Amino acid sequence: MAGTQYRGSEITDVDQFLKDADGLVSEREKEIGQHIGYRYDVNLVPDYDRLTPFLAKYMEVMGWDDLNWLEDVHMGYEEGHPAVFDRNINGWVRVPDSIALPDNQQDRDMIARELLIKFQMSDRHPLVELRKAYMKF
Amino acid sequence: MAGMSAQKPADGQEQRARDMGMTTEALTGRTQQVFFEPSEEERFTYPWAADVDYNKRTEIDADGLTTTEVNKRLRDLMAEGFGTVVIQNPRGKHGLGVGILNRLNLIFEGSLGYFGVGLIDGPNVRITGRVGWSCAENMMAGTVVIEKNAGSTFGAAIRGGDLVCKGSVGSRTGIDMKGGTIIVGGDTGALSGFMMQRGRMVVCGNAGKNLGDSMYDGTIYVGGEIRSLGVDAVEAELTDLDRAWLTRKLRQYGLLPERGVDHFTKVVAGKQLWNYDNLEPNEKKLIL
Repeated sequence: MAGTQYRGSEITDVDQFLKDADGLVSEREKEIGQHIGYRYDVNLVPDYDRLTPFLAKYMEVMGWDDLNWLEDVHMGYEEGHPAVFDRNINGWVRVPDSIALPDNQQDRDMIARELLIKFQMSDRHPLVELRKAYMKF
Repeated sequence: MAGMSAQKPADGQEQRARDMGMTTEALTGRTQQVFFEPSEEERFTYPWAADVDYNKRTEIDADGLTTTEVNKRLRDLMAEGFGTVVIQNPRGKHGLGVGILNRLNLIFEGSLGYFGVGLIDGPNVRITGRVGWSCAENMMAGTVVIEKNAGSTFGAAIRGGDLVCKGSVGSRTGIDMKGGTIIVGGDTGALSGFMMQRGRMVVCGNAGKNLGDSMYDGTIYVGGEIRSLGVDAVEAELTDLDRAWLTRKLRQYGLLPERGVDHFTKVVAGKQLWNYDNLEPNEKKLIL
């Protein structure tokens, strides 16, 4: 109910949601059986010293001085697997096990951004088929 | 609905949906079993986007054209490969430059009316005049820079990109914003950041009443006075990462104050209103 006096749990360990897929920390979370809030820090601003060459090239092609909309993209976790949320399909895209995860969230976020661009711009993205089916003009 | 009869879905529709990679199950917010393919081809624009060249430039005189005619002309020019388009004499028309899902340099020489450059995903837009209500509403990506003032609900429901007004803006700036960055060089009105869910808002001047009211998440930085904070909006500590980000972002748009960013106040959600709660319906039943 609105005004309920409780807070979501804080993310204290970068591997928190890999080690514990449910991520139930606070008493309230344990009581309701679900994690409250995001599984990553939505307010973490990017550290541009960790930019990958692919992302630098993307910025150049788009004519942007920074990551633009990708500043809001972070690596999250779905059922204990690293994943990135794709707003265009309203779902998670899982990161392959073959990709080694760095030990810090900033570098993980850069990987997530790179994967998301590659996925969204690919011919096999679901939006390509949806566009064919529903495009009006 | 008029002109429509209630029809069953065409035979095979479910199969076609499955063939397209879709399913008919209700979305739960969880995975749709989509996995990233590491061998994906490297590309930077949507597969259907027009291949444009920023050095190929042209102009449209909007005088005497309807909004639809201007927007259609824009689309045609992108298909012809023009990457820089100047629109002269927009004269406050509503709904100009909407729905552009392409890389493009778009320059409006003049002012726009309501809902200008809404629903865009990628272009870099510069507007030399003012804009009316709901500029860049539902913007997904790109940059929009307005040289003068903006009306209310500036950047409503924005999801990504940089939306910059070098002057002052009206009330309810960034209402329901779900990502992206809104920068205001001057002041912002009441209820700015109302129900903000994520993203960043930077106000170099003053903020009106009830700033960040009922915000769920996201960050608001204010350089001037805050008339009052809204429900569940609280001040937070400005970190070194915040300072570095603010300095870089404001410098990028020529809005970095001479005295730097140390005086900015950071406002975040107190998270006391969070109620993502499975028990809530049951609790309601008990109460009612």
